Amino acid sequence: MDLALRDLGEYVQAALHEAVLSVDTGRDELCILVKTPALPRVLRYLRDDVNCQFKQLMDVCGVDYPGRAERFEVVYNLLSLTHNRRIRVKVRTDERTPVPTVTSVFNSAGWWEREAWDLYGILFLEHPDLRRILTDYGFEGHPLRKDFPLTGYVEVRWDDEQKRIVYEPVKLPQDFRNFDFLSPWEGMQEYLPGDEKADGKH
Amino acid sequence: MAETQIKNFTLNFGPQHPSAHGVLRLVLEMDGETIERADPHVGLLHRGTEKLIEYKTYLQAVPYFDRLDYVAPQNQEHAFALAAEKLLGIEAPPRGQYIRVLYAEIGRVLNHIFTVCAFAMDVGAMTPMLWGFEQREILMEFCERVCGARMHMNYFRPGGVALDMPAGLTDDIWTWSEQFPQCIDDLEELLTENRIFKQRAVDIGVIDATQALDWGFSGPCLRASGVAWDLRKAQPYDAYDRVDFDVPVGKHGDCYDRYLVRMYEMRESLKIIRQCLQEMPSGPVRVDDRKIAPPPRAEMKHSMEALIHHFKLYTEGYHVPEGETYTVVEAPKGEFGVYLVADGTNRPYRCKIRTPGFAHLQAMDFLCRGHMLADVVAVLGSLDIVFGEVDR
Repeated sequence: MDLALRDLGEYVQAALHEAVLSVDTGRDELCILVKTPALPRVLRYLRDDVNCQFKQLMDVCGVDYPGRAERFEVVYNLLSLTHNRRIRVKVRTDERTPVPTVTSVFNSAGWWEREAWDLYGILFLEHPDLRRILTDYGFEGHPLRKDFPLTGYVEVRWDDEQKRIVYEPVKLPQDFRNFDFLSPWEGMQEYLPGDEKADGKH
Repeated sequence: MAETQIKNFTLNFGPQHPSAHGVLRLVLEMDGETIERADPHVGLLHRGTEKLIEYKTYLQAVPYFDRLDYVAPQNQEHAFALAAEKLLGIEAPPRGQYIRVLYAEIGRVLNHIFTVCAFAMDVGAMTPMLWGFEQREILMEFCERVCGARMHMNYFRPGGVALDMPAGLTDDIWTWSEQFPQCIDDLEELLTENRIFKQRAVDIGVIDATQALDWGFSGPCLRASGVAWDLRKAQPYDAYDRVDFDVPVGKHGDCYDRYLVRMYEMRESLKIIRQCLQEMPSGPVRVDDRKIAPPPRAEMKHSMEALIHHFKLYTEGYHVPEGETYTVVEAPKGEFGVYLVADGTNRPYRCKIRTPGFAHLQAMDFLCRGHMLADVVAVLGSLDIVFGEVDR
């Protein structure tokens, strides 16, 4: 494991101990989970501290875990050009609790937060312009949630009589086929049944 | 004379405008011919790639990456292949790595020819487009010869590449690499010192280094602002640590510098292509692990195991151990990242695609403020926006 990465993780945890919930350095990637209200302060610290210098926010995205009480994770990927290092900051929230916006810290957060709102319905507190961004005008629902069906709810077509686009409920001529390879085969194992014959162990 | 009320007016630019580079709808608030505020409306090409990938196996997810930035498809696949490899804990064999670097650089040249020529056309020069596309056609032929498809290659797979290069292809790429500098020279002759081109590009859409970092810029757009940052150098992947090349850096961060950086990058890419061709080792092109890479077709004719492996790989696919990674490549447009969350099954749990164009387009408002209407197309052209990747 990268020692410098672990040192940085410990350093950040020591400096922001009341905000950081956990530090993880798996797969040589530093990832910290922080308390939601402390997020702007943490990012500002990571941006301005001399040993961190994470000047660039490269990506913000949501992840949905419907099984959890706080179902959404918001993931911030930061990059430090000075130290050539990356860090991932995560917060957890649910459908109701807003996450404080970080547009005041990084300008680039604006659109990505809009995207997380659009696709997951994660609310951002005091975001200057929290409109939908990727989906259609007047779209309802948050399509990347795990409980949103892949086919969606409405489809559009051009109506020749009304001379405009009309929205209709999705009609599938064939049921959506979802192959479940996890059952009953229990997935692919290290050895397939019969592999031992090839090794000559039989 | 009675006082007249002067009002700002709103102008709709696109979504069907030839200089909108696809389906951008730009709502411009104008004061006369000066732009007060630009509000890009994106998402008209949104196809739900991230959602679709969650319902596909890792191998089936690769073609979706071709359709993001369709100007240089292989570079996107590269990011996904690397991310999946990281989670699987495997590495492509040396020849596979060299082929990937070779084609990634071909993709970069494909992209830069397109960008530079489309930018030139946006500001009024027709000829570069005609000349550049001839070269693009040759390059796409190389893509076709190696994998069967001109554009949507589906060639970089987790664990290496799909097929080895056919005989004679390296020689033809080498021959092309000898004549291509002449084409770059011709393009430069038309554009670099061209008075009209300079009037349209110099000091338009200026962004300094601090602002560029704040807006999440990457790739040529960041380098044009004077930040010497290239992921191929800083965080090398595949064979990039074994090839020698320079990173061109601009000074002013205007449209003209972004153009110049791309022109120099094409020459550097050419250097990498030539080194790859010279140094490419022989050997396998994908990992020798039947649980991840399919067996050769010949083997399937006589081996039952091979047939089972093939069947399992192309129906169920492989299972990726639980974990997450944010893996990036230096795509022609900038940092292209894949944030991949695996939950131990044969499908990605979450695959967030970080596209450089999204961040660049976000800065449109900042870059266009105070400029004239005609400068919008110049800024847009120089930022290198492709809507396949912005809207995903």
